[in-house]
Amino acid sequence: MLNQKQNFLKGIIKDNPVFVMLLGMCPTLGVTSSAFNGLGMGIATLFVLLMSNIVVSLVKSQIPSKVRIPAFIIIIASFVTIVEMVLEAYIPFLFEQLGIFIPLIVVNCLILGRAEAFASKNNLLSSVIDALGMGIGFTVALTLLGVTREILGSGSIFDFRFVSENANTLILFILPPGAFIALAYLTVLFNKVSTKTS
Amino acid sequence: MEYVLILIAAVFVNNIVLSQFLGICPFLGVSNKVSTSVGMSGAVLFVMTIATLATYLLHQFVLVPSGLDYLRTITFILVIASLVQMVEIILKKVSPALYQALGVFLPLITTNCAVLGVAILALGLEHGSLLKAVFFAIANSIGFALALIVFASIREHLELANIPKGMKGVPINLLVAGLLSLAFLGFTGLV
Repeated sequence: MLNQKQNFLKGIIKDNPVFVMLLGMCPTLGVTSSAFNGLGMGIATLFVLLMSNIVVSLVKSQIPSKVRIPAFIIIIASFVTIVEMVLEAYIPFLFEQLGIFIPLIVVNCLILGRAEAFASKNNLLSSVIDALGMGIGFTVALTLLGVTREILGSGSIFDFRFVSENANTLILFILPPGAFIALAYLTVLFNKVSTKTS
Repeated sequence: MEYVLILIAAVFVNNIVLSQFLGICPFLGVSNKVSTSVGMSGAVLFVMTIATLATYLLHQFVLVPSGLDYLRTITFILVIASLVQMVEIILKKVSPALYQALGVFLPLITTNCAVLGVAILALGLEHGSLLKAVFFAIANSIGFALALIVFASIREHLELANIPKGMKGVPINLLVAGLLSLAFLGFTGLV
């Protein structure tokens, strides 16, 4: 049991996909101009990661190792298509906001990386827990970055404004350069906290 | 004139890396030396152009007429992945010199979101045509090359700089990328 707990926690802290492993940087930087977008992208990625890890771990013995990467890509792409259609039908607002980054979940190196490095070698339960840990780690990181940028850039949090309409906010942080700068300082902070706790 | 505008927009105003955040992985990953970044840019130019040509034709003549537009993501990524393999095999046979230069970067390109991203974005161009889509891909890969090579040359100098301990590695690179992106923000409104 202890092993599974470590398996879950490693994705959130020790091997955090964003702050430590630098995987999936495109959506991390591209959609986090607000906390809601970051959270939405995180959950969409979590879903695809979980489903692809489940399927890969179930069919791993059926796939010849030479064609495993294309096979993984097809599995991932199918779930991305599902996410794309569901979002378009039920949450069109988020679909508009995330735009091109929804189909691009396919090439998120985090998902292919976990399929290749973990799910193709481990049993179903471990793969599910690994996906949950990594997915939640990714979601937390994206939400954190989104919250930071939204507070600094628009003076609001999850669309709830806490400064007056005409207050001057640091607009830089919702523009592209702010993504890089905010992530740089969050990484420093994350490293500081995680080295202190371990 | 329209094509000049596409070129300026793709290279400076909406730079694919610094303002659209596509292809960040190779941007951060293979930018420690100028020579490798030139190789990577060459490989991206090559694959992005061919991939956009292939996916545009596929979309226009197969997916749309048969009403299978929702299979876009899955078919495009398959086309790109097999194309990269094919390019690798052909290059090995036809031009060993070029293969030597680009070979190691080719497998990395399959999961480069810039290639799939541009292929999808090219479908949404105003008054789109095949020629325009291909030109759009070339313009974007020039933008990618510009960002990557400038960033790599800054990183080469950064090696010698005295950086505070906590900022070493990833954070300082992200910060430099942020400043570079800020510089490119100055082009807003040019087109």
